[in-house]
Amino acid sequence: MDTMMLQEKLVEKLLCPRTRTTRQKDKQYVGFATLPNQVHRKSVKKGFDFTLMVAGESGLGKSTLVNSLFLTDLYKDRKLLNAEERINQTVEITKHTVDIEEKGVKLKLTIVDTPGFGDAVNNNECWKPITDYVDQQFEQYFRDESGLNRKNILDNRVHCCLYFIPPFGHGLRPVDVEFMKALHEKVNIIPLISKADCLTPNEVKKLKGRVRDEIEHFGIKVYQFPECDSDEEEEFKQMDKELKECTPFAVIGSNTVVEARGQRVRGRLYPWGIVEVENQSHCDFVKLRNMLIRSHMHDLKDVTCDVHYENYRANCIQEMTSKLAQDNRTDSPLPILPLPTPDGETEKLIKMKDDELKRMQEMLEKMQQQMHEKDQ
Amino acid sequence: MQTIEHPLPCLSESDTQGIIKGRDLFGYVGIEAVLDQMRRKTMKAGFEFNIMVVGQSGLGKSTLVNTLFKSKVSRKSCTPNYEEKISKTVHLQSVSHIIEEKGVKMKLTVIDTPGFGDQINNENCWEPIVKYVNEQYEKYLKEELNVNRKRRIPDTRVHCCVYFLPATGHWLRPIDVEFMRRLGKIVSIVPVIAKADTLTLEERLEFKQRIRQDLQANGIRVYPQKEYDEDAEDRILNDKIRENIPFAVVGTDKEHQVNGNKVLGRKTKWGIIEVENVAHCEFALLRDLLIRSHLQDLKDVTHNIHYETYRVKRLNESNANGLALSPLTLENGTLEKSDAESHL
Repeated sequence: MDTMMLQEKLVEKLLCPRTRTTRQKDKQYVGFATLPNQVHRKSVKKGFDFTLMVAGESGLGKSTLVNSLFLTDLYKDRKLLNAEERINQTVEITKHTVDIEEKGVKLKLTIVDTPGFGDAVNNNECWKPITDYVDQQFEQYFRDESGLNRKNILDNRVHCCLYFIPPFGHGLRPVDVEFMKALHEKVNIIPLISKADCLTPNEVKKLKGRVRDEIEHFGIKVYQFPECDSDEEEEFKQMDKELKECTPFAVIGSNTVVEARGQRVRGRLYPWGIVEVENQSHCDFVKLRNMLIRSHMHDLKDVTCDVHYENYRANCIQEMTSKLAQDNRTDSPLPILPLPTPDGETEKLIKMKDDELKRMQEMLEKMQQQMHEKDQ
Repeated sequence: MQTIEHPLPCLSESDTQGIIKGRDLFGYVGIEAVLDQMRRKTMKAGFEFNIMVVGQSGLGKSTLVNTLFKSKVSRKSCTPNYEEKISKTVHLQSVSHIIEEKGVKMKLTVIDTPGFGDQINNENCWEPIVKYVNEQYEKYLKEELNVNRKRRIPDTRVHCCVYFLPATGHWLRPIDVEFMRRLGKIVSIVPVIAKADTLTLEERLEFKQRIRQDLQANGIRVYPQKEYDEDAEDRILNDKIRENIPFAVVGTDKEHQVNGNKVLGRKTKWGIIEVENVAHCEFALLRDLLIRSHLQDLKDVTHNIHYETYRVKRLNESNANGLALSPLTLENGTLEKSDAESHL
């Protein structure tokens, strides 16, 4: 598979420090070409973080796919509810965090799951808890950014949302359309066709075409792959084009390893054959994994920071300034969120710490004076 | 020569359950010929069978019905240039065909329910279906109470309702529970797992077990119901069926070559799923249940049990309201206009 090898080459290029620079020993050689190298080493030390949200009805294989993508078992202790508990279930948000390390690079991966989405009889506004959660993360980041101590900001913003479309229907259902419309301006949405092993190749093509048409028809802005630079290799451009034409990806996930063609592969064993998850002719899992992890993870984070977060911030500030104008007060020079007023307990603690600090400062001054007198 | 008198076998007064076996009879009477007469009459008259399919759009309902009866009987095949769109309300469409096999004619009516469970808010989406079922019972009741009855009352009552569950592999969804709870009381429901080629065999077994537990926990009775087993033989047969409910089915109308034979199947990159192969899916079991073994039983259960329950309820209502047959009341208590018959 040529495209696979090319993908590997690209990854190698990104991972290895550029060794070309060390060969040049010119007098004109300044040496700042090693900057990418330095950035690389610093970020490897710091580690990366990535927040991925999975959304869709229950039973579409979301947890299985996440386990397959990151080759871990994040859902070991999941408890399945019985009938009565399910009738009154509401949409909740659960977070699982796991630290993965590969070749010295650390990744802090957070998976945000949305159990209960779309399961009830009446699913009106079932996406509201999800949009509220995304907004909350933005708000928390905004607050931290505008705060006084900015050294350790925790970035919990959702970088990407994988939305699972059931393969049973004939395209997008009303609940799919409403969910994506509510979230497409806040998160990078990547629609996926789940459980693609119940579709023949023709059906997959037809369904993908219909989903693409409906996404365009409803004006949903899903995550677009960035255009290749014109100086990239021709084959890379070809691969990129293929990738774009394949959306939405039809995926199959598996928690089990089976024996196929003499090898042990991740797959599903049926009486009529074995579905291999990593076989490109069976499903688009490999394309999704490459896109999500190997080539576009950083781009997803950038788009979240530069586009979605900035939109949120602009909206927020606009609201605040319009509110201030309404209240007839002078515009504050710095548009900052009002600091949360601490309650009684923390106020006491702050006061205690303040007193302690003052005492220590006085002691320091005294000691300094003594030393000064000694010297003289 | 002594004449030996054989007393004629007869029922004595004290014999309440006298069954005279064939070998005790004097000679050949010819009682069994009545079976031939019955068969000839019914073959001339033909059978009627009304099947309703319920489930979300895209679960393969029309394809399954076509596969069951090996002909294009669903609404999809009847309307050319059919574009699948999600309709805003649940409405029922019924399509009738007369199919014939070896001289036996059957008038098959397929009642489809597009729009069920497709909206964001699916509350009360089962009401049009409940209303339809009750309306058919009402029609039959009116005909029965008529002074000048037709010789054969046209039977539009729903004999069987096939409910399609999506193959999520987890459990019954609230909408499934609500629907089956309400309709299990008035119609024979046969739940099936649709598009079951996405479940491996272990997942299938687990899913079925969980569904059976859910059904029991919610008090939902699906066909064949335990209470209506007539004798031990029935019970053994029906127990075997009950162990396999709901059937995991795959439907298709395309044929492929497998080992030199033409079989109905779905061709994917990893193999061909044979629809009629019991090792692959349970379509053959469903077909046997619905058509080959229990078709008459379904009709009997509908006529003797569900229809009678409805009739008793209606007659009690009218008795309470005086002698006239009161107008039909819907589930939510509003009255519907219908001609009042005063033949009680």
